[in-house]
Amino acid sequence: MRSRSIPMREVHVWELPVRIYHWINALCIVALCITGYIIGEPLAFMKGTEAYFNYWFGTVRFIHFVAAFLFFFNFIFRIYWGFAGNEFARWYNFIPLKRSQWKEIMDVIRVDILQITHKRIDSIGHNSLASLIYFVTFLFFLVQCLTGFGMYAAMSTSFLPKMFAWVVPMLGGDMNVRQLHHIFMWGFILFALVHMYLVFYHDYIERRGVTSSMIGGWKFIEEDVVDRHKPEAGKKS
Amino acid sequence: MEKRPTFYEEVTDSGVPRRDFLKFCTAMAALLGLESSGVGQIVKALETKPRLPVIWFHFQECTCCSESFIRSSHPEVADIVLNKISLDYQETLMAASGVNAEEAYKAVMEKFPGEYLVMVEGSIPTEDEAYCCIGGRSAYQILEEAVKNCKAVVAWGNCASAGCVQAASPNPTGAKPVHKVISGKPVINVQGCPPIADVMVGVVVHLLTFDRIPQLDGLGRPKSFYSRRVHDTCYRRANFDAGLFVESFDDEGAKKGYCLYKMGCKGPVTYNSCGIIKWNDGVSYPIQSGHGCIGCSEAGFWDNGPFYEHLPSVAGFGIETNADKIGLGLGVLTAAGIAGHAIVTNVRKHKEIMNEQEEGSSSEKTKEI
Repeated sequence: MRSRSIPMREVHVWELPVRIYHWINALCIVALCITGYIIGEPLAFMKGTEAYFNYWFGTVRFIHFVAAFLFFFNFIFRIYWGFAGNEFARWYNFIPLKRSQWKEIMDVIRVDILQITHKRIDSIGHNSLASLIYFVTFLFFLVQCLTGFGMYAAMSTSFLPKMFAWVVPMLGGDMNVRQLHHIFMWGFILFALVHMYLVFYHDYIERRGVTSSMIGGWKFIEEDVVDRHKPEAGKKS
Repeated sequence: MEKRPTFYEEVTDSGVPRRDFLKFCTAMAALLGLESSGVGQIVKALETKPRLPVIWFHFQECTCCSESFIRSSHPEVADIVLNKISLDYQETLMAASGVNAEEAYKAVMEKFPGEYLVMVEGSIPTEDEAYCCIGGRSAYQILEEAVKNCKAVVAWGNCASAGCVQAASPNPTGAKPVHKVISGKPVINVQGCPPIADVMVGVVVHLLTFDRIPQLDGLGRPKSFYSRRVHDTCYRRANFDAGLFVESFDDEGAKKGYCLYKMGCKGPVTYNSCGIIKWNDGVSYPIQSGHGCIGCSEAGFWDNGPFYEHLPSVAGFGIETNADKIGLGLGVLTAAGIAGHAIVTNVRKHKEIMNEQEEGSSSEKTKEI
């Protein structure tokens, strides 16, 4: 039996609201991408029948709209949690304003992407490159909410989609808005591929339990990293 | 000052019975979405207000707007609007030519400052103004002068509202719509290629009756006609919701009148009243005739083609390359990148994977166990 004993600490990284947000978001994105793709390119699998027997395409669109509302409010909640959550969930993780964050980004590129140097990346939550990518995905969320509700506004009477009605004239019409909405969908698909791969990758290399951390919230972190982290993060554990 | 005849006087003088006049007013009230008391307002306005002085310019266009206009559902009244409403200057329809024509429109500008309407068909070239000249002056010069003292500008059709085919890529003449070349005057974009005749008449009647421009949407189009999608007012909509689609113009679905979504119908992204008012006296409209909407009342509809594909081509990636093809290509590249990275990881990070490095040290320093 091969085994190794190294001093590790369990650190509570992802609070329950973050985990709930993550899984609602994941489910919404899966639902939105699948239904969105079908809306863009429907299968004509029914023939020789009349419209009054069926409503499947309407149902697909309905699922898309419901998931969109859920996604939107979930996103709003996450923005709030960026100001209310623990140090790993805070907004300043996602926007690299500090020199140390840029240094870590360069480190991650060298260690994990190009693999030209080999050392441990010490961050406990997201590493700085991951955080930056998540920030970009938040911008994608924003674009999808704006363009999606912008298109929805014309057939809605409720105030929330109406608040986005300005998007369509700003972009010069529905044609451009729909095209943009469609192109950005692919951003989500590509992100999901890379995201899932990297979760496996990090668990494979670092063995900090990053996959299960999004279920239980706890990560295994090397003791010396935790010790060095403490003084800086004294505000909240 | 001489008394200017009203519409009603002009119409009855030319032998149109009052009954037809009232029918027209009722139809207009319905078109404009007014309540029944609105009929009276229109009747009163047309009976009492003097005719509107109008200068109608043709710049870079095909005259389809004029052609549509003279085919409105109420010929006698189109006549009102045309001959009696007073097209003091309309290059296609006026009898005068040359010096006389020029004088006619100069006279309007002098006699009715702040009162006359400028109606424009066609876009204005800006790359080289010489692309469109009338009587030795460029479209831009003519428009600039005419707009100075006008009450409002009506931009007929897609050319004047968004540039239409002349402004499509690569736009050799630098064609621009009216609202992009003039400022300081209200511009009503009566979109479509051409706009529906009844919509055109409706806009004129609205201007006359209420003496102010109609409520406009974010793209300057009158809301009463352009607030709903062709798709949302389509009689084939039930087929869309049921997932019944035409897949080729000669298939079973096409015969049954299924939704033309997959044939590239632009109804879902086009705001117009084709589905309600229809064309040629309410006879039909493109979708009813079995052809998808091409989106002619939307800016840039030529560049959002092809007409027979649901997803538009993506500029810079060649014809027929839509977002899905690009997305799929990127997806394959990403998957390949992931596979490559995974393989490299197993080689380069062998020590970490095999747990052969010491805690806290980089693998270079790890001693062999």
